[in-house]
Amino acid sequence: IRVHCGRGVFRGGGSQTSCDSFEFHRGEPSWDMKQLLAWIRVNLLKERPELFVQGDTVRPGILVLINDADWELMGELEYQLQDQDNVVFISTLHGG
Amino acid sequence: MCEVDEENSGCLQSRSVPGVCKMCVKCKENTAVLIIRVGDAFCRSCFKEYFVHKFRAMLGKNRVIFPGEKVLLTVSGGAASSSMLAQVQEGLGRDAPKKLRFIPAIIYIDEGGVCGQDPEEREETVAQLETIFRKTGFPYHIISLEQVFSLPSSVLEPVPGGARQPGGDYKAAVDQYIQQSKLKQKRGEASVEEAQDSLTHLNIYSPPSPEHTQTLQRLFSTLKTLTAKEDLLQTLRQHLILHTARTHGYSKVMMGDSCTRLAIKLLTNISLGRGASLAADTGFSDSRYGDVVVVRPMRDYSSKEITFYNRLFGVESVFTPSLDTKAPDKASIQRLTESFIIKLQADFPSTVSTIYRTSEKLHTASSPQNSSAEPSAKCLLCLCAADTKAEEASAFQATLLSERLSVGKAQSDPAHSNPASSNPASSNPAGSCCQEQGCGAGGCCSTSRIPAPTDLKTLLCYSCRLTIKDLITVEALPHYITSEAEKRQRRAQMKEEIGEFLLDEDEDAE
Ligand SMILES: [Zn+2]
Ligand SMILES: [Zn+2]
Repeated sequence: IRVHCGRGVFRGGGSQTSCDSFEFHRGEPSWDMKQLLAWIRVNLLKERPELFVQGDTVRPGILVLINDADWELMGELEYQLQDQDNVVFISTLHGG
Repeated sequence: MCEVDEENSGCLQSRSVPGVCKMCVKCKENTAVLIIRVGDAFCRSCFKEYFVHKFRAMLGKNRVIFPGEKVLLTVSGGAASSSMLAQVQEGLGRDAPKKLRFIPAIIYIDEGGVCGQDPEEREETVAQLETIFRKTGFPYHIISLEQVFSLPSSVLEPVPGGARQPGGDYKAAVDQYIQQSKLKQKRGEASVEEAQDSLTHLNIYSPPSPEHTQTLQRLFSTLKTLTAKEDLLQTLRQHLILHTARTHGYSKVMMGDSCTRLAIKLLTNISLGRGASLAADTGFSDSRYGDVVVVRPMRDYSSKEITFYNRLFGVESVFTPSLDTKAPDKASIQRLTESFIIKLQADFPSTVSTIYRTSEKLHTASSPQNSSAEPSAKCLLCLCAADTKAEEASAFQATLLSERLSVGKAQSDPAHSNPASSNPASSNPAGSCCQEQGCGAGGCCSTSRIPAPTDLKTLLCYSCRLTIKDLITVEALPHYITSEAEKRQRRAQMKEEIGEFLLDEDEDAE
């Protein structure tokens, strides 16, 4: 699974969270988006995670694309990630 | 134009549980890639068609850009303005009759000096943008915000509306243009002329001097709130764009405000007391500058549509920090409104377009008044018709009254008047001398002095007054602003002095 975060997604989060993209190798193939977000929150967002996740979903204003399609069409949090999936987060916020 | 039923069906309906892998609602053949509104899922190619059509339709419907007209595209590097640039490129490359026929150029204002970028970062951003701009083949202007210090005061001088607009029938103008360009093509002139045009107008970026950057930063640091800083940044940026448009003969300026951004701007401006100029600030076209008209062709697109289009069709954008990039949600009115609108859009997608449609309605109602207002009645900074002649019961009068009361109190009670008081009037005896005793020639105000913030205020609209109120000293403002303010004050003073010998204007009009 490839995860890509557009610049400004982690607005104000400081340098350690401005990851660009990373390959994601996980043994369990049956992760859903909810688990992926939780993993990002714990492992990548050291500072102010609320700028990326709110509750158990992404902050409003951040778009999620799974294989270049709107995640709203894919079941959002319930989407089961598959091998070779390409997940992209893009911020629509000002200065993002 | 009224798409009421379509909009209302989803109105105030909370977003439904997402379906999985829908078909495109338009062609009903391909798998959809995104949901635009509640229930509207489009496939990739239908989405492209829809997006491209919307741009042309917006320009076609409003008929303000004439063929052959020189148009300045303001590109900030952000998603919406980059997308606008791509649409113009696409439109100019099309075959007739759908071809766009104006002559474009690009302007980028480098705000890095106040947005926390160091000189190297700024040059890097500029280099990235130049690469994008060069690919378009359009002439481009890259201007640093520091150049406000070399603006002439004529930028702020009001220009009577409509003087330089190509008048007459739109259709006739289009026909005439086609005729002319056919003739030119026969003689093979067009390409030569175009090439020369782009060469002469190329404006190469020169990094600002460190002194200017410091002066600029000092100016912004004298403003206490982020709200005021953002407002001032917008104003200065607008002056630079206007000046460039005028000196190079662009009669239209295109801004890339999306529907989401305009909804934010609309609510922000109401909170900032800019209600009177709401129509000009958020409508499709804005003719407050008279000879240069601002148009907003992206106002029908949501930020989601733009972001998807850019992603799916490879439109490049450049990340630039803004004043508030690292600020929390409640740092300024602008930021707070943004997070409100974005949340609203996520939960109730159709309400945001309802908000921005409000501005469409306001536009028709008040634009004539705005463009024909008497020049001297225009705000020095935002150049909108000054709204400060409002009736007695307005919020403006109430603010003035409470300000007067609190100033009076501070002056009568020496224990409370500290020099760094938020209201400059209370700590400025020179300013009050002129107001109270009205000293004549030879007095303290006859020489060309820099006006105190209190004096400057009389030349501003309600909202710009609030912004400037924070300013400790007007000397920090760029020269073109203070000198134009001085000029207007002298004119007003002279008018007052000879006032009794003049006929009353109101009587004259009747
Ligand atoms: Zn389709
Ligand atoms: Zn104003």
